[in-house]
Amino acid sequence: MSSSAIAIQFLNGLASASSLFLVAAGLSLIFGVTRIVNFAHGSLYMLGAYMAYSLVEYFGRTPLGFWGGVMIAGLAAGLIGAVLEIVLLRRLYQAPELLQLLATFALVLVIKDFALWVWGPEDLLGPRAPGFDQAVAIAGRAFPEFDLLLIAIGPVVLGLLWLLLTRTRWGTLVRAATEDREMAGALGVNQAWLFTGVFALGSLLAGIGGAINIPREPATLGMDLSIISDVFVVVVVGGMGSIPGAFLAALLISVIKAFCIGIGEVHAFGIDFSFSKLTLVVEFIVMAIVLVIRPWGLLGRPSAVARGPGTVEDPLRAPPRPLLAFGAAMLAILVLMPLLSDAYTLVLLGDILVFALFSVSLHFIIGPAGMHSFGHAAYFGLGAYGAALALKHLMPMEAALFAGPLAAALGALLFGWFCVRLSGVYLAMLTLAFAQITWSIVFQWDTFTGGSNGLVDVWPAAWLGSKTAYYYLTLALATAGILLLWRMLYAPFGYALRAGRDSPLRADAIGIDVRRTQWAGFVLAGLFAGLAGAVYAFSKGSISPEVVAIPRSVDGLVMVLLGGIQTLTGPVAGAAVFTWLQDTIARNTDFWRATLGMIILVLVLAFPRGVTGMLRRRFMREPA
Amino acid sequence: MSALVVKNLSKAYGGVQAVDDVSFSVAAGELLAMIGPNGAGKTTCFNMLNGQLAPDTGSVEFEGRRLTGLAPRAIWRLGVGRTFQITATFASMTVRENVQMALLSHRRRLGALFPVAAHQYRDEADALLGRVGMRDQAERACAVLAYGNLKRVELAVALANTPRLLLMDEPTAGMAPGERNELMQLAADLARSSNIAVLFTEHDMDVVFTHADRIIVLAQGRLIAQGTPADVRADPRVREVYLGSLHA
Amino acid sequence: MLSVRRLNAAYGRAQILFDLGLEASKGEVVVLLGRNGAGKSTTLKTIMGLVRPLSGEVAMEGRMLTSMKPYQIARLGLGYVPEERRIFTDLNVMENLEVGRQPRREGAPHWTPERLFELFPNLGRMQDRLGGRMSGGEQQMLTIARTLMGNPAAILLDEPSEGLAPVIVEQMAATIRSLKREGLTVLLSEQNLHFAHVVADRAYIIEKGQIRYTGTMAELESNAAVREQYLSV
Repeated sequence: MSSSAIAIQFLNGLASASSLFLVAAGLSLIFGVTRIVNFAHGSLYMLGAYMAYSLVEYFGRTPLGFWGGVMIAGLAAGLIGAVLEIVLLRRLYQAPELLQLLATFALVLVIKDFALWVWGPEDLLGPRAPGFDQAVAIAGRAFPEFDLLLIAIGPVVLGLLWLLLTRTRWGTLVRAATEDREMAGALGVNQAWLFTGVFALGSLLAGIGGAINIPREPATLGMDLSIISDVFVVVVVGGMGSIPGAFLAALLISVIKAFCIGIGEVHAFGIDFSFSKLTLVVEFIVMAIVLVIRPWGLLGRPSAVARGPGTVEDPLRAPPRPLLAFGAAMLAILVLMPLLSDAYTLVLLGDILVFALFSVSLHFIIGPAGMHSFGHAAYFGLGAYGAALALKHLMPMEAALFAGPLAAALGALLFGWFCVRLSGVYLAMLTLAFAQITWSIVFQWDTFTGGSNGLVDVWPAAWLGSKTAYYYLTLALATAGILLLWRMLYAPFGYALRAGRDSPLRADAIGIDVRRTQWAGFVLAGLFAGLAGAVYAFSKGSISPEVVAIPRSVDGLVMVLLGGIQTLTGPVAGAAVFTWLQDTIARNTDFWRATLGMIILVLVLAFPRGVTGMLRRRFMREPA
Repeated sequence: MSALVVKNLSKAYGGVQAVDDVSFSVAAGELLAMIGPNGAGKTTCFNMLNGQLAPDTGSVEFEGRRLTGLAPRAIWRLGVGRTFQITATFASMTVRENVQMALLSHRRRLGALFPVAAHQYRDEADALLGRVGMRDQAERACAVLAYGNLKRVELAVALANTPRLLLMDEPTAGMAPGERNELMQLAADLARSSNIAVLFTEHDMDVVFTHADRIIVLAQGRLIAQGTPADVRADPRVREVYLGSLHA
Repeated sequence: MLSVRRLNAAYGRAQILFDLGLEASKGEVVVLLGRNGAGKSTTLKTIMGLVRPLSGEVAMEGRMLTSMKPYQIARLGLGYVPEERRIFTDLNVMENLEVGRQPRREGAPHWTPERLFELFPNLGRMQDRLGGRMSGGEQQMLTIARTLMGNPAAILLDEPSEGLAPVIVEQMAATIRSLKREGLTVLLSEQNLHFAHVVADRAYIIEKGQIRYTGTMAELESNAAVREQYLSV
């Protein structure tokens, strides 16, 4: 690249960093004080963009109309954030972390459908910002004025935040509460209003971050999840709770990405290599390097995010006879199903079996191992794509069915190495980021994965071609997978996983290498999630990037939490109910996401300590 | 012969000398108590012995082997058992399973994926529970045990790899007054009958003076006195540290 | 002013306090004496609402504090100075004081940074110093000053002399005496008997979570048997 091209790419990077920084700063602020990782933060960013679009259209494309629209959109996002905090999140501060994350994800679903209902499915590109719609010459090249403005906005907001946090009483209280909430309370600081205020400010930043971007990037229904995973990476790289860290990380990542796009295709050693396709992997590489060198991010500090252990699950007992009998009966019915039901039901049952295996494999790490994975779809997807690609390029279907899970296990081996170094919300964010990266690779690598179209013609071998034959294959593999996973939980290895969760201190003191045990657990869970993905791929005959997308990960969590994280059979029941429910809702309404989100919210609010916790207290005698 | 030999151990945090040139040793079968006011450096010292903290200078040797630089799990494998100030047990497991975990780990069987864990080393676990008087509660979940009983379970877990050194951090903290002497008596009997060296920290002076063979006293990171309970009780510097002084 | 009745408290499964009771009248300096681990800190934390009691009641000027949140208790005029000091290390001296600031209260001394700097001249000379960059003694002064910014009528001091150099301990004693002159009620926990003698009017001795002795400092002075039994080695 010439020096002028380098300068331009550098400026491009700085321009994209601003919006990313605003959103990340908001998330960081909210987490610092409330200790909640707000998934719906990306939705507020999306709402900011949509609202700004509509307001600018309404006010007219004048400077006042544009900037007025952007400001009002931001304020509205802040107000929505405050309302959400008061109505919903305030009730969840004492709830288990997984439930908090789940509730904010339910908000994502509801807000997405709300946006669909109001603005429709079309991408909406805003007007050029009046007064900043020209290009200026920099280093002999044209560079948009508006991007120069964006470059300035980042540091200006950083400065304003700095003033707010250091020069006002409110900011002082926020910083105090970030450091030691309990002590601030003992000095008379009412946390409730402080939390609402911080939520409003963080949401405002997200809203403005979305609004100022409308001249460059259209408002779309997918921008909520794409920004949230970018923001998670920025926050992890910069250091959770550090605003200057978020700024630095946003700059670093944006600039590196811009250079990758700028470099484009490179011919070296006789190979064509496309740097522009590397953009999202680059994010991953930066994060991986930072996490290895500084596990708490560039400017972050190790913090002991200690949480109450919540309710402790009961010891694992051998399954009682009635349960074994019930299981055998269910299995017998499933074997007889092809004789009893129509093709549609058989396909639905196959899906339920696949997701039961997926959900049991997720439970394996979030339950007994206590590792809160928010990106389990990565391994489902790797299994599906691994199997499909193996079939296309290398081997017959029977072998590809097992190549898929192997690919997933390899992915888990790589990602797990990083994941077991973190815990709690950091772990959740990292797993989600890895899943998003996997999705991006699948989505962008057109020549290999088929990009957004996915892969078609992924059919099973002829002898498994009939619906009935494939149903039996699914039944056999899912049952075997589930039983194997359960067996491992009864085995010393499963106990070692639980030991690391129950008391890492004690586990270490009796010779258990907790990290290695967790890593092995992560790989096993990935392997079986991959098996579910491979079976799924051949049952549909085609796959698309949706199998790796975030909603798939969250589906798994809902199944596990619905069914009960503290039981072994719960995830199977949860998978059955959820898959059936989703099928039914999807057939009856266009707004199935919102409906599902509302159901999750109601469940979380009604049983903030978990659905099974409630059932257990209600229907089973608590042990004396 | 001394089982544990600590030489010139020091550790500073941000300019504060938490532990300053501390040396002592514990013989097999001996109960040594480490006492001192809050902030004297007891916990820091203890954590350097069990591998949770690396000392700035000095060495810790167990039966001639250097422990400094080893992880807690490696130190355990050499035959050093521990109990914690705030009990650390596996709450979602039964009492017996807690002991079985230590036995499984001792035999390096924790990687096994298929045998049923609850069937492994049952009798051995029950025998250990018998020694601490918890045999009849083997099936109960640790999460529902009374605190004093949790301390007993910890003791059984600590004995599972037939340790030759036992590190007990405030073994009676948090227990109801009546249970304290009972638990310490149990630990003392087990240690003496199996010739285990025991180092413990303790705030309850009744417990210390009843059970310790020897006492070392830390104050502001330094070892200011050591000797028999009678010696230590008579030491004017110890009295001063404990009673405090405005005119020190 | 402050009364505690039949208080039971636990951390997780470990019960720390057993039917504990104590009183402090207006303007009185009361010391809770006991060895490490006797339950002194837990008593103060439970009074402040930072540890939820299993049973029992805590009242200040006739108002029940037992079900209140710490911030409500603080706003009623009870200040708390923790043993670990818990200075906001990222905040400077003035900002630490600002966090503690509450409106003026009838019947309690009114504090401003200027008045506090008269009491703690060292702090006045380092108003911009970050909490994390201060010595232990300076932090101890700051944590008391920060609590006084709430204009409390009574304060709880958890081991104020712990870990301080002798000369600072003397300053601390002078500070507590001047707080008494201002009319503040003080409940402090201590292991340092000499320090307690200098500052306190009355003492409770706590051991294994129970009150074992109560009397004036003069009575305790003349009772060697009690001192020997509960406080010495």
